[in-house]
Amino acid sequence: MEYIIITIGFALTIFGLYGILSQKNMIKIIIGFSLFTTGINIVMVAIGFIRGGTAPILDEAGKEIGKYVDPLPQALVLTSIVIGLGVTALMLAYVMKLYQDKKSLNINDYKDLKW
Amino acid sequence: MGKKTMIALITLALAFVIYPLYQSYNGSETLKDVGQYYIDNGVEETGAQNLVTSVVVTYRGLDTLGEVTILFLAASVISFFLSFSKNDRIKSRSIRSVTEILTTSTQVLVPMIFMFGVYIFVNGHLTPGGGFQGGAVIASGIILMFLSNPRFKLSHKVIQFVESTSGIVFVLIGAAGALMMDGDFLSNKIPGFGFGEVGSIISAGAIPVIYTFLGLKVGAELSNVLGVFVESQSEK
Repeated sequence: MEYIIITIGFALTIFGLYGILSQKNMIKIIIGFSLFTTGINIVMVAIGFIRGGTAPILDEAGKEIGKYVDPLPQALVLTSIVIGLGVTALMLAYVMKLYQDKKSLNINDYKDLKW
Repeated sequence: MGKKTMIALITLALAFVIYPLYQSYNGSETLKDVGQYYIDNGVEETGAQNLVTSVVVTYRGLDTLGEVTILFLAASVISFFLSFSKNDRIKSRSIRSVTEILTTSTQVLVPMIFMFGVYIFVNGHLTPGGGFQGGAVIASGIILMFLSNPRFKLSHKVIQFVESTSGIVFVLIGAAGALMMDGDFLSNKIPGFGFGEVGSIISAGAIPVIYTFLGLKVGAELSNVLGVFVESQSEK
């Protein structure tokens, strides 16, 4: 089971990088960044998995099983998700501003920083 | 085509880098030292039943403070950036009329969504959830309000008040832990906030208080981002 999750995580990471590099539409590039972040988050959660463990909430139902997964990667991923959201929103704001300027979403139309 | 080969090469290089990590991964049977410490002592030391919450708010509380700061920075940069040149743009946006189903269901659903968000962050130390999740749920209610009424405007005064007050209270609670007790910033052992009975809603010291203000702050920030995005599109 844990192999399925870590495979999905790595596959999403690779697809995300491929999307960032291959797409021309800036919105699609941002979707690539989102996929990249999601893949990394899934990998981090999968690494904290313990076979037969349950969520680290020590209530009655958890004490019956008595085996918990690592709470530390989950807390780290919580931080990572929120920062990913902030970065995505910031990138979308930049794209909106660029579109108002040149009326184009194609990244090839923006050559101001190219040498 | 040179570009496509480059893309394929870079992607393959990433796959090559992460392949050893994938191959050496096998679902472990036992916890590492730090995780085992949290499982063994977390409930005694913080009083919170949900260990993820005790890690986020108490053991790594400083990380959370930094995270909130990053979110605040992102929100303020977005609102600065999108409202910078409001005057030099005359634009008319055609607004489609909203169906009655959407407006009526918004009136029914929005209070329930807000209540659910508050429920999530008030119960953050007992059940899965917490300030960030509850704040995101509240912001989703704000999205519904924008969808049902495109001319709806968020009151910036209210947003500013909620956001700054909860941020200040968060830091003050952290400073109270540092000044009054054993000198730990953001410790939850503050006089007046007892640990109570583990598993009841009033327990775990300062964790529910911090998470409530965190939820309000995150909800206000995300709503502010949404409001700025919508406002930058509206007609002058």
